Amino acid sequence: MAEITEAHRLSLPGPDNIMRTELSNGIVLYVRSNFHTQSVVVTGYLMAGGLFDEDEKLGLADFTAGALMRGTNKYSFHEIYDALESAGANLYINGGTHTTGFGSKALAEDLDLVLDLLAESLRHPVFPAEQVELLRAQILTSLAIRAQDTREMANRTFDQIIYNGHPYARPEDGYPETIQAITRDDLVDFQRKFYGPRGMVIAVVGAVEPEQVTEKMEHRLGTWENSDQPAPFELPLIPEPAEPLTRKYDIPGKFQSDLVLGAVGPERRSPEFLAAALGNNILGVFGMMGRIGEVVREKAGLAYYAYSSLSGGMGPGPWYVSAGVDPQNVEKTLEFINTEVERFTSELISADELADSQSNFIGRLPLSLESNAGMASAILNLERYELGLDYYRRYPDLVRAVSRDDILETARKYLSSDRLGAGIAGP
Amino acid sequence: MQFKGTERFPAEVLDKAVAREGGYRNALTFLDWTTYFETLPADKIDLALELEADRMFNSIFTSADVESERTVIISERQGNENEPMFLLSEEVQAAAFRVHSYHHEVIGDLVDLQTIQRDDLFEHYRAYYVPGNAVLTVAGDFQTEEILDRIRALYEQLPDGASPVLQVRDEPVQSGEKNLSVVGPGETTYVQAAYHAPAGNQADFFPYLVTDSLLTGASSLNLFGGGISNKTSRLYQALVERELAVSVHGGLTATIDPFLHTIVATVHPQSSAEKVVAAIDDEIKRLQDEPPTKEQVERAVKQARALFAYGSESITNQAFWMGYAEMFASYEWFLNYLDRLAAVTPEDVQNIAQKYLRVDKRVLGVYRPLEGQEVPA
Repeated sequence: MAEITEAHRLSLPGPDNIMRTELSNGIVLYVRSNFHTQSVVVTGYLMAGGLFDEDEKLGLADFTAGALMRGTNKYSFHEIYDALESAGANLYINGGTHTTGFGSKALAEDLDLVLDLLAESLRHPVFPAEQVELLRAQILTSLAIRAQDTREMANRTFDQIIYNGHPYARPEDGYPETIQAITRDDLVDFQRKFYGPRGMVIAVVGAVEPEQVTEKMEHRLGTWENSDQPAPFELPLIPEPAEPLTRKYDIPGKFQSDLVLGAVGPERRSPEFLAAALGNNILGVFGMMGRIGEVVREKAGLAYYAYSSLSGGMGPGPWYVSAGVDPQNVEKTLEFINTEVERFTSELISADELADSQSNFIGRLPLSLESNAGMASAILNLERYELGLDYYRRYPDLVRAVSRDDILETARKYLSSDRLGAGIAGP
Repeated sequence: MQFKGTERFPAEVLDKAVAREGGYRNALTFLDWTTYFETLPADKIDLALELEADRMFNSIFTSADVESERTVIISERQGNENEPMFLLSEEVQAAAFRVHSYHHEVIGDLVDLQTIQRDDLFEHYRAYYVPGNAVLTVAGDFQTEEILDRIRALYEQLPDGASPVLQVRDEPVQSGEKNLSVVGPGETTYVQAAYHAPAGNQADFFPYLVTDSLLTGASSLNLFGGGISNKTSRLYQALVERELAVSVHGGLTATIDPFLHTIVATVHPQSSAEKVVAAIDDEIKRLQDEPPTKEQVERAVKQARALFAYGSESITNQAFWMGYAEMFASYEWFLNYLDRLAAVTPEDVQNIAQKYLRVDKRVLGVYRPLEGQEVPA
């Protein structure tokens, strides 16, 4: 089994090499220096996700996030992007389900520039009317393209089945009619109400000193207050599944169909998450896409991609198997996948399978933390999922502690046949 | 077929052996080359060296494996065909190259995927997978002399094999614009303009990179590198801000033989392909008539420097850059990349616009949606 030496273990992020601090208004800041690179990555989130959207204005959080960099009190749209692109830097702000995320990559010499633009965009956007309309047309076009994408639409159909009536059933980028219903005032109001320091987290990794980063952040974001900011959204319980459901979304003229079969999985903070993740690796990831890839791709030759995925996340994200196949082979593929899921939920995995996946999880950890972006995202997860600063040091032991029985029990709980739904999209 | 294994490393052993160590492996075929790569913890790199030495000579190619892989690749192609931009760019590329083998998409045509035989594949493998036709690059935490000894021990014993003669068919100069359209499902129109571009090792390639950066924004040549936004590029301002398109991007590819510089725009629902093309032509004419300022060129060079720094952070990328440069030029190309970009002048850029960005030398393709109509089976 892959082992991590003591020297390697200590090079992993931990309390002695990540700085965690809080700005005066409570924003949580993590910094880790890496002077082997010339760049710096800034990433983070605030509590302004699409869960707050009303049904009639679905997509508002995402639209708002997309419009923040279209002009601020101090800078016009052109000034923002001229500064960024002249430096070869990027900066984005994207709406998500629970949170709105942001991120930037720049040469370390340009850190001040991206922090100025980030703070300005989050705190003082002005939503110029003509820019809002430009953005609206872009969103509508991307929704039209999405409606033609078999993979996307199979996923949407699947979400509607397994999250029947729950907020997770809604696409956070909205529908054409809800995007049309959003006014510029809605964007202004959404930013004013939901953007603020409460629940905001930032991670900075790269060729920078922690103390300097803290000072820069305090100066730009530490004075931000918003007394209107509500408490985080309370997620309703997932409705009990009705009958197993399969539904198809027709997209005429396409050459391939996509299918997604699965159920609601555990959230990231669940004690069962790691067992589910190892199980998922065996079911449809390990090697060439695990057991699913072996049966659907290697043996039957039905699909170029056939794999399983476990989302985790702040709430109970989906756990599913997905494949792209010839439209004539949809039924046959679903049978193969159902058989594998049935086996996965009724028989213990082999000791070798478990050892392989445990070894894979432990061995790939350093590689996933190799880049500044990978490290920043891993650090952000420490806060988001309350894992603790020493999580990556404890991780090998946590992985080794998962047993075959744990995996079978978790598989049964989440992927039993009465919980499964399937979404299909194609001609 | 290279994932189907050898006697020593059968398929089911191969992938698992690398994954078990926490490593990553994959392969991809590009216009000019095929690359196989593994990234592993430094103390496990022997596994990659051994399995690559084995794979390049001892792959089995059973008929049964060929048949199951055939339908997998057909499925990959069907997935690509679901994308309007794949359908359009395949036609544009085919029209741009009538004679040269760049005529074909790398994945191949359906009829060939249906009929190609095991022996065809095996002959290709035997002819091209020889040491004289291969480059091995290694990057990471090791002592150069030590790893060279290990590489020599594994690879010097492989039989030489005759280096294959590359069958290059030069593309004749295009005379006159070629226009084409593709019709398919959806409600979105796309425009692709393709201009014949210099090869990766030609002197014009570097000023062309700057030209593309001014027109459509900075992009990384490294297949694994990330990019930045292009909202201050000339074509974004001319197309997207004027609501003719909702997005535009472009790109140049470093190839052995001259390939294409492409500009792709997603047409705004209230605009038309014709208006988009007219605006592209206006912007190109502006560059042909007047060189950019020195500051604009310096800005493009700074962007390239940043993207180069990002793209060099991971060891997989470092190894990829070295091997990629060796395919169409040499390792020095990689070492001198930023210096050669820094030497580009405003007049060089104007010259590129005049020499290459010509209507009579381009292929113009439009994807038109079949709105509300039945799609023919």
